[in-house]
Amino acid sequence: MSLLNLVVAVCLAYVAVLFLVAFAADRLAARGRATWLKSPLVYTLSLSIYCTGWTFYGAVGYAARSGLEFVTIYLGPTLVMVGWWWGLRKLVRIGRSQRITSIADLISSRYGKSNLLAIGVTILCVISITPYISLQLQSITLSFSALADFDPESQYSEGGVVFWMTAGLAVFAILFGTRNLDANERHHGVVTAIALEAVIKLLALLAVGVFVVWSLSGGVEETLARIDASPIGTWQVDGGRWASITFLAAAAFVCLPRMFQVMVVENDDERHLRTAAWAFPLYLLLISLFVLPIAAVGLDLMPAGTNPDQFVLTLPLSQDRPMLALLSFLGGFSSATSMVIVAAMALSTMVSNHIVMPVWLLFKGSGASVSGDVRHVVLMARRVSIGGIMALGYAYYQLSGGGAALASIGLIAFAGIAQILPALVGGLFWRGATRLGTLAGLSVGFALWLWTSFLPGLGGGLIPEEVMLHGPLGLAWLRPEALFGITGLPPIVHSTLWSLSLNAAAFCIVSLFTFPTPMERLQGAQFVNVFDHSAGPSGWTGSVAKSEDLMIMSQRILGAREARSLFAQAAAEQELPGQLPEPTPGFVERLERVLSGSVGAAAAHAMVGQIVGGSAVSVEDLLAVADETAQMLEHSSQLEAKSAELSRTARQLREANEKLTQISLQKDAFLSQVSHELRTPMTSVRAFSEILRDTEGLGAEEQKRYATIIHDEALRLTRLLDDLLDLSVLESGAVSLNMREGSLADVLDRAVAVAGAGFDAPLSVNRDRAVEAIALHTDLDRLAQVFINLIANAQKYCDAEAPALDILARVRADRLEVDFIDNGSGVPADVQAIVFEKFFRVSAEKAGGAGLGLAICREIMQRLGGDISYLADHGGGAFRVSLPLAQRMAAE
Amino acid sequence: MSRRPQPVFLERQGYRRRRLADAARLLPILGAALLAVPLLWPRADAPGGGVPMSTAFLYVFGVWAGLIALAAGFGLRARRRVGRGEDSPHGPGPA
Amino acid sequence: MNRRVLLIEDEPNILEAIRFLLTREGWQVETHSDGTDAVEVVRQAGPDLVILDMMLPGRSGMDILRDLRGIDALARLPVLMLTARGQSRDRDMAEKAGVSRFMTKPFSNAEVLTAVRDLLAQATRT
Repeated sequence: MSLLNLVVAVCLAYVAVLFLVAFAADRLAARGRATWLKSPLVYTLSLSIYCTGWTFYGAVGYAARSGLEFVTIYLGPTLVMVGWWWGLRKLVRIGRSQRITSIADLISSRYGKSNLLAIGVTILCVISITPYISLQLQSITLSFSALADFDPESQYSEGGVVFWMTAGLAVFAILFGTRNLDANERHHGVVTAIALEAVIKLLALLAVGVFVVWSLSGGVEETLARIDASPIGTWQVDGGRWASITFLAAAAFVCLPRMFQVMVVENDDERHLRTAAWAFPLYLLLISLFVLPIAAVGLDLMPAGTNPDQFVLTLPLSQDRPMLALLSFLGGFSSATSMVIVAAMALSTMVSNHIVMPVWLLFKGSGASVSGDVRHVVLMARRVSIGGIMALGYAYYQLSGGGAALASIGLIAFAGIAQILPALVGGLFWRGATRLGTLAGLSVGFALWLWTSFLPGLGGGLIPEEVMLHGPLGLAWLRPEALFGITGLPPIVHSTLWSLSLNAAAFCIVSLFTFPTPMERLQGAQFVNVFDHSAGPSGWTGSVAKSEDLMIMSQRILGAREARSLFAQAAAEQELPGQLPEPTPGFVERLERVLSGSVGAAAAHAMVGQIVGGSAVSVEDLLAVADETAQMLEHSSQLEAKSAELSRTARQLREANEKLTQISLQKDAFLSQVSHELRTPMTSVRAFSEILRDTEGLGAEEQKRYATIIHDEALRLTRLLDDLLDLSVLESGAVSLNMREGSLADVLDRAVAVAGAGFDAPLSVNRDRAVEAIALHTDLDRLAQVFINLIANAQKYCDAEAPALDILARVRADRLEVDFIDNGSGVPADVQAIVFEKFFRVSAEKAGGAGLGLAICREIMQRLGGDISYLADHGGGAFRVSLPLAQRMAAE
Repeated sequence: MSRRPQPVFLERQGYRRRRLADAARLLPILGAALLAVPLLWPRADAPGGGVPMSTAFLYVFGVWAGLIALAAGFGLRARRRVGRGEDSPHGPGPA
Repeated sequence: MNRRVLLIEDEPNILEAIRFLLTREGWQVETHSDGTDAVEVVRQAGPDLVILDMMLPGRSGMDILRDLRGIDALARLPVLMLTARGQSRDRDMAEKAGVSRFMTKPFSNAEVLTAVRDLLAQATRT
């Protein structure tokens, strides 16, 4: 079996093992038994996707060319990790509490969930990372060809290997990266597989290193001596490059989509960071420990012109150690595959979440609210995105020719990804950072990076030689590698310096001059102050604390008393002692409904959701927003209230005025009526008494007649005054009723007798005494007064030839009803409605009284709890008196 | 309220914990400073000759290992404290 | 000179008292006690003076006055208006409507006689 065939077989077996591991891990995680998968060790190992194929092979090549400078690539992340307390802790906390799915999502979330930013970051990442993926493909291909060179029987076809490699990696990423849609975007299978790969690549490199140091060089001392004797034997590092690459590596370590994926998104427990803070630097140290010896020995032993990037592989082969070379190959293979898989996954999440889904939803319209539907689409979008990204990487590899041009891509990608850093750091530590500032900074940084680093670095004549030397359109100050006339800097330093500093400057200046939206401010507060209010690593979230927070917020919005009563009531319903209920879904829903009345449904939902959902928003922030909302509401409602109050006051005034006018009209009408009723008889009295006094020679007959008129009018005055007093007492309610027992028949007897007295021709009254034997408990005198009035009215106004009055009594539903119906023409229909009004009189001539009788009757009946009404359509004048008998029943 | 008033003076344990956090925060700065030191070394073309690569290698990896050891030390101590339940739910010290 | 006075008043006792007074002074007194057809009665009777009660059954004295003032031939007819509603507003309204003299009940007999005399004298002069 040839070596190459063996390699292919081992590769396939290795990939099969990875599949199994990933599959088993997913199964375990799904059953909730994957506790060891969630250990800090796996987390630390998963971080090792930072070390790609570029690192595995390239580090030795780098060292062979530039000496110790290669360690900057690892020193940057080391400093970030040991300084985890500064930044990573916060990043991970935010990522967990906000359920961040990618670096693009983080930036977008921080700046008010701006999708424009998410798209921008996604595009930046895709452009930076796709060549990086090609680099991995190249490293695998190169390693294949290195093996093939040592295999005389090989019929190796480079193109085929790359294609199948790409397809295989895409399938793996799709299988394990898009198996399910987890809200937290965690992929235990993939993480476990890359942890295994991390072990393989470390072991491989250590094995080669040990072989080189102890087998080839004969010990540490000898190795060090050999290093010193090699072409890279003296410390010779450009300070600018040393510092800027360290910085770029540190920035990229945080901003790279795949690093963000494993470090933040896949993080199961914040405390793992504490272990990774030292364990991951240790991993980095170990993986770079033997790089320099391998490079030095390789330079010493390998024939001149050998690609130092392949020393890890070619050195064992040249020493006839095919198994070691195989292990080394496997290490490189692991590095490349793990990077490609995770990078494709991370990028596909960004592409599908921020580009494909919004576009799809846009085309789909509003009908896409069915969750199952969308889940399916999201998964499809992820799979297509992975395929697309891999295809892009493959295409890029093919186009660039896979030559040495790719070698510098690693650092260029770092510089591109580092453009996210100002927005990220600003977003984490500066509440004043705004969306527009981020947009400006990213745009400036991205453009400068493209111009100074990406396009020139790609080679292939993307930027013509002419432009490189003299600038576009002859503008020398725009030369890609000597911007603004600054020459003599290494390209990477030059690019980093300009793009990042102008990026940061634009970010800060625009942020300072723009005003964030409320959403940005809320998110900004949540991000910057994440430790003040999110649950600690142990995940302590007491329900009572939630209730307390809800209570405090509700008080702010509803007012203390209302909120307290709402909570107390809910607590009582839950049969809990005290004032705070459990935040059950029911209660929360109810609270949300109540709050939405004050601040609107969306705001209420967000506020309650933030507290109950355990998201990292502080109560203070919520209250700040609530206060702001309240202030705005108050302001507008004050205006509204003012105008409402004005119109209300105006209306009240108008009503009061109308009432007063009415009262005054009524009073005026009443007073002028009273005045009229008093003055009329007085006029007669005065006129005739003056006549009697002043007229000489009045006859005795005339004297008597005029005296009689005066007497009658005086009586009329007296009656009027009596009626007025009676009515006034009744109306004021000051009348005291003299409740007594008696029978209806007796009262009617008395009334008929009194009313008939003094009339020459009393009308005939028809009664049924048997029916009238009804016991009463009421003010008998007042009732009699009503009866007298009615009988007297009939006496006065009945215009029949033989006036007759029927008095019909009956008991109907506990009410006594007595009808008084005469045989006259009755009250004209047009005045029936006002017959009980004061001073109503059918005609002036017949006026015996002031027209107050029926008004008094109505007042009396209302005092007695009964009523009096005029019965229309009875032919003659018909009145019905009704009186409740309930008291009588109760008395029995 | 989640922001509880914090006492100005802490008992000894709390004080130690705070200073530990301070030290942990200083670590990357110390590391960056130490790793910048080689930039001051004479270059290969300097009159007295450059620094041998083996020395540089030992220095850089020595610093590196030292940083790792310190970080591990802090991590372990912090974890022990958590184990004893002294860590507050909001993490030690102000953020 | 047998001057004719038309007295429109619904209260029979007041009607009788005024008729007694004026008749004794030598005026010819005609009476009417309903508001509804009062204007027509005035027009047909063609009196030298009208004594008009404010509150009449059928039609108010104020409306009757306005109608009278709307008829050319009666526009300058002296009208003495009587009211039992002691409201100054009524006086204003009556004056606007073109009343010649306004008197509030109860009045003294002398007042009525003076008023009737004055009004008839003015009417003769002009």
